[in-house]
Formats: sequence, C-alpha cells, structure tokens
Amino acid sequence: MNTYTNLSLTGYRRENGRVGIRNHVIILSVDDISNAAVEGIASLIRGTRAITHPYGRLQFGEDLHLTFNTLIGTGCNPNIAAVVVIGIEPNWTDYVVKGIAETGKPVAGFSIERYGDLKTIEMASRKAKEFVQYATELPRVPVDWKEIWVSTKCGESDTTSGLAANPTVGRVFERLEKTGNTLFFGETTEVTGAEDKIMEQCATPEIAAQFKAAFDDYQALVESQGVSLLGTQPTEGNIRGGLSTIEEKALGNVEKMGRCTVVGFLKPAETPKKPGLHFMDSSSAAAEMVTLCLAAGAVLHLFPTGQGNIIGNPLLPVIKLSANPLTVSTMSEHIDVDLSGLLRFDYNMDGAADHVLDMMAHTINGRLTNAESLRHDEFVITKLYRSA
Amino acid sequence: MKKGILLHEASDDVGVAAMDIKAGEEVQAVTLEGASVATVKTIEDIPLGHKVAMRDLAKNHHVQEYGRTIGFAFQAINFGGHVHVHNIKSLRWSASRAKVLVEK
Repeated sequence: MNTYTNLSLTGYRRENGRVGIRNHVIILSVDDISNAAVEGIASLIRGTRAITHPYGRLQFGEDLHLTFNTLIGTGCNPNIAAVVVIGIEPNWTDYVVKGIAETGKPVAGFSIERYGDLKTIEMASRKAKEFVQYATELPRVPVDWKEIWVSTKCGESDTTSGLAANPTVGRVFERLEKTGNTLFFGETTEVTGAEDKIMEQCATPEIAAQFKAAFDDYQALVESQGVSLLGTQPTEGNIRGGLSTIEEKALGNVEKMGRCTVVGFLKPAETPKKPGLHFMDSSSAAAEMVTLCLAAGAVLHLFPTGQGNIIGNPLLPVIKLSANPLTVSTMSEHIDVDLSGLLRFDYNMDGAADHVLDMMAHTINGRLTNAESLRHDEFVITKLYRSA
Repeated sequence: MKKGILLHEASDDVGVAAMDIKAGEEVQAVTLEGASVATVKTIEDIPLGHKVAMRDLAKNHHVQEYGRTIGFAFQAINFGGHVHVHNIKSLRWSASRAKVLVEK
C-alpha cells in the first residue's frame, strides 16, 4: 500500500467498488419545480442533504444531456451512500433513478404529478429515513491512496498561484500519478496561451487533437459573440496581483498538471475509464467546474487560490491552498493549507506537497474542510445554451 | 544576501517578487528549488507577486516566463525594472483581431 503520511486512510467502499470519503444521503431535484419538495424532505429527515438547482425543464440536445449526466453522475459519486430522486413527472425521474441504480447503491424516485408536494414529501421521507439508517450503519474501511479520485481547479489567481500554490498541486499530482490515482483538471476557457503545453503532455496525438478541438470550439464561441476577452482576461483582481497577460495566467494555471501525462480527454461530467490525469472540457467558473468534477466521480478537490476564492461543494470536499501571505492572514477561515512559507523559503516544493498530502489524508479520514464547515454548498449545473 | 525573486525557469526573462522590494534594493533571484541564479538590483518598487526584468528587454521582445512566451514588450524594459501591463501585452486576442471581430 502506498502512503504519503503516517496516517492510514479510511473510506466507504461502495457496491461498485469505488471509494468515497463522505457518506451522504441526498435528496436530488430532477428539475427546478421539485426543489420545494426536496427541501421539505431534507428538513424533515435528519442526515439528508437537499441538492437543488434551477434547471431541468425544456432543455434539449447536448444541454439536456449535460444536465441529466450531471444529476446522474452526482448520484453515482461514491461520496454518496443513497439517493432519493424527486421530479415533477415520472419519465425523467425514472431516467435519473435508472442511471444511478447502475452503481448498485440504494436509490428511489418519486414524481409529484398525481400526488402533489405534500403526499410526495410524506412517501419520500419514509424512504429517506430508511436510507439514512442504512447509511449510518456503513463502516469506514481501510482504503488505498490510489482509490481516491482527485480533481483540481484554481480561482482568483495571482502570481503566487502560478509561482507556488499551483505547482504544489502539480507536485502532488505527479506523486498521485505514480500511485495510480485517477486525476482531473480542465478549464478550457482559461488555458489560452498554454494549449501547446497541454498538447505536448498528452499521451497520444488523438488525445491532443480532442483537447485542441474543444479548445478551438471555445475560441470560436467567443468570436461568434463578436467580443474579445482581452478586456476581461486577466481580470482586474489578477492584474492587481501582478498577472499581466492571458498567456501568463494560463501558464500559471497549467502548473497544476505538473509533469503528468494527459491520458484522456473527457466531455463535461464524463467519468474516466482508467487511472491517470484527464483533461475535462469545462468552464472556468469555480462552482460549475467543481460540480462537473463531482459528476465525473472525483471524491476530493484541490483548489489553489491567490486572492481568495471561497467556493465549496455540498458533496465534493474542496481543500483550499494559498501562498499569498495577505490572503492566508485576512481570509484564514477559508484556507486549509497555508503555503506562504514557500515565498519565505521556509520549505521547498516537495515540502509544500507533503503539507498538502497530509491535509488530504486528514480530509479523506473525515476532517471537514473549511468550505464544508462554512456551509459553502455551491452546486451549479453548467448550462450550454438557452432552453426551448 | 536576501532571497527576494523567484524564477520558474533559470533562463526566464522575468522573475517574480516573493516580497515587496524597494527601488535600489539588491536581492538574490532563485529557482523554486532554491538554486541561486543571479543578483538583481531593482530600479523601481516591485510589489509582492509582480515581475522584475532579469535583463534588458528590447522593444517587441517576446518575454519568457515558465520557459515560454507570456507576451511582448511594447517598450524597452531595463534590467531590474517592473514588468507589467504598462510595458508588456498579450500576443493573443490582439487589439487588431478584436477590431476585426467588432467589424464583422
């Protein structure tokens, strides 16, 4: 068994063999109008968590698929023990239930038509209580590092991100790649200027071509809107922190991949089929990207920040890292790992990676992250275009 | 001498201030692994996180950081000077390209 700290790891082994580090029972909305019933059930039954969102109605094509893949992927994530699905009508509710049922975990669906909110809440609450009692009896068992799927995305970056926090994640990823972990990064929208570096690190020309196609699609989308992102990238916050150009921001961003080989290209919310680092086509908006990682199966997320992004997720624990001395002192309640010692030369990159792996081990074993304790429960579905 | 500038690659044109550096201060520039690369005497105040020129950079020079191009100098920059949006620009999404897009 590979180990990076003196701590041995524990987690929840699910029916399909995947390992989770949390044991949530969720009440999941299929659509916007089911949120009220979902909130009703979650407020009645202790130990459940409402997962609500504003979409799911009259979407079509790729956008529809992404919403439902996000919902199904969320239910399938091994940080979740059991799922109660609530939708307005039976077809889409069953579709989500069937998708989650493939994992073998307990899942039940209730549709509101023909019953109304109150009867639905009553029936679903009985099932939710049963699921909570099932989940709370599940023991934590010994697990291996390589079973922990880890994602990363950075936010509110400044030069300390590119200099210290992002390369620390890169160093952690290099170690996890050797262990055989499944790893994710993305942010198609923010790698302009570093796309060559990503392509050079792709395992095959086919993967590089898939990445490039997604990258070019995004560039074409920007151009089709008749705008230039020159005025918005880097952001005012980025510039204040010392970042001058989009290329510089992008090169700092992709430091998170370290020297890992990109073994796969994933569509948004797509689950990887083998270990190694995967590029997922994704937005750079923090909550959207982290939600896509959750849906793709990540169970732990590393989030380096410069100026202090405070994002969290209800089901995917987010560990915040910062090397900016001002951020770690003024926003200390948000930063899990203070890496400002790198700028004072207190330790080197390997020492910084050790700090992060230690915090990961504690978090895997059940320690709540700052974002979890502060109730940063941002669950945000990526919307590709307007609904019918 | 105080270590004050970090370099992604030893060959980079710019280093990043690891602390607030005053004009005229002499600091050591080191790589992330701690290897000393050069001594730099700054000619301007450089706030923490901002970039310092590691050598004289001619106008239109493609500025290297991370061993790669981060933009071009639209005016000459002297060794020890502050490198930021007032003297370098992106080579992507250039102003002329933006104009073409607006005219479409």
